[in-house]
Amino acid sequence: MAHHEFSCPITEAQARALRVNDTVTLEGTLFGIRDATQIHMFDRGRRTRFDLKGHAVIHTAPNVRKVAASASAPSGYEPVCIGTTTSDRMERFTRPLMEQNGVRLVIGKGGLREGSAAAFRDLGGAYLAIVGGAAALETTWVEAIEDVDLDDLNPESLWKFRVHGFGPLVVAMDSHGGSLYAQVNRDSRSRRAAALASLGVKSQ
Amino acid sequence: MKVELQQVEEAARELYIRALKLLPPDVKQGLDRLAAGETDAGAKRMLGTMVRNIRVAEDTANLLCQDTGIPIYNVRIGRGVEVDGWGLKEAIRRGCARSTREHPFRSSVVHPTTRANDQDSTGRGVPVINIDFSDRPEALEIEMVPKGSGSENNSWLKMAIPAEGVDAIKTFVVDCVLEAGGKTCPPTIVGVGVGGTSDLCVHLAKAAATRALGTRCEDPEGAKLEEALTKAVNLLGVGPQGLGGDSTAFAVHVETAATHITMNPVAVNMQCHSARRARATFGPKGVEYGY
Repeated sequence: MAHHEFSCPITEAQARALRVNDTVTLEGTLFGIRDATQIHMFDRGRRTRFDLKGHAVIHTAPNVRKVAASASAPSGYEPVCIGTTTSDRMERFTRPLMEQNGVRLVIGKGGLREGSAAAFRDLGGAYLAIVGGAAALETTWVEAIEDVDLDDLNPESLWKFRVHGFGPLVVAMDSHGGSLYAQVNRDSRSRRAAALASLGVKSQ
Repeated sequence: MKVELQQVEEAARELYIRALKLLPPDVKQGLDRLAAGETDAGAKRMLGTMVRNIRVAEDTANLLCQDTGIPIYNVRIGRGVEVDGWGLKEAIRRGCARSTREHPFRSSVVHPTTRANDQDSTGRGVPVINIDFSDRPEALEIEMVPKGSGSENNSWLKMAIPAEGVDAIKTFVVDCVLEAGGKTCPPTIVGVGVGGTSDLCVHLAKAAATRALGTRCEDPEGAKLEEALTKAVNLLGVGPQGLGGDSTAFAVHVETAATHITMNPVAVNMQCHSARRARATFGPKGVEYGY
């Protein structure tokens, strides 16, 4: 269980060095992405001017305040509350994000499925779990919103954050077939019969 | 007692912000209780992060979670209260929109097909406003629940049949908790509706999921189910965030209603660990805020 400090972009080798239960803290650039962002990018052919190669994306649609652009708020937005959403809905976008945009790390909550696990294995990437719902704390790790693209989708724009001490995040899916979610899912399903027996129900 | 609509609008505004920032004491105690009893080290750390987040939200006057949810206002009008019903709904809607723009925070509400966001947390039929009556004299209560989507997206209804009995209800609840896994941001309050019509059953599940921890179903049969199901789902080991551990649910809450001789409906709706709600009570002496 190693700890890694990353300033993205990272290389394929760095992504493949991650193993489930390792922890990661991020410094520097982190991109925020969401359902609508990816629907527009991958189903409707929208392009982003951001270079995501080697970067980390987080499943988020933040609460922001519009302000005059300045050195501390170059995008004209300042963070109000930045948290993380359930990743499962965005399962089918992991592979195109990695193949077409070169993303290496996906940060979210609740986990992704087999298709994403295969993409991490084939292309060299990992899923980092954050504690969902802990957005007030997460916001203290975001220094600024540096830039924003596809902002007609606000709040589901493509956000470029500058972060400091962002983590520790737990490596929950790696490029070696490891997935804590799949493991917990198998374990909990194996306990179904015992849970039902405690209720006086015979499981079929 | 006459209730002024301007006061209702102000309360609707204030309630949304309070609910997003201040977690009710019963939920905070619930997290402490789970953290104390958790045997998995990773799960214990995650519960600790959730507790820390509550403190940071209070210290920085920030929102607990980024998900501002679908706004729900539950109104209970007591005896001897005089209020313009239509005006009350309009006032709540205005207060809800104002809180979003004036704070500001994220409008999470879009049209269901165009996905257009009016950026003020309102739209067709939203905020959800439920109006009911109580026998409490001289009191109008408004409860505000920002219902997050991670938990709401895991909602189920099963129209079981009488021959399947109570076993169908129990099995369904266990299977829903397994299916939800980490997607609902566990530990959760698992709300279960039993009986009624299909729509009433789902409504009961929501009422159960948003009830304060420590409260029990008024129907003794429902209370028995609550106790047994709470123990059962916490045997599954889903754990905080679905990453394993003892703390899968704070509790299973059940609400019941009579049903048809041919029916056996059961619904599940969950509330995430950020089980937010706020309450304003209008009385002869003014407005009091609580949970």
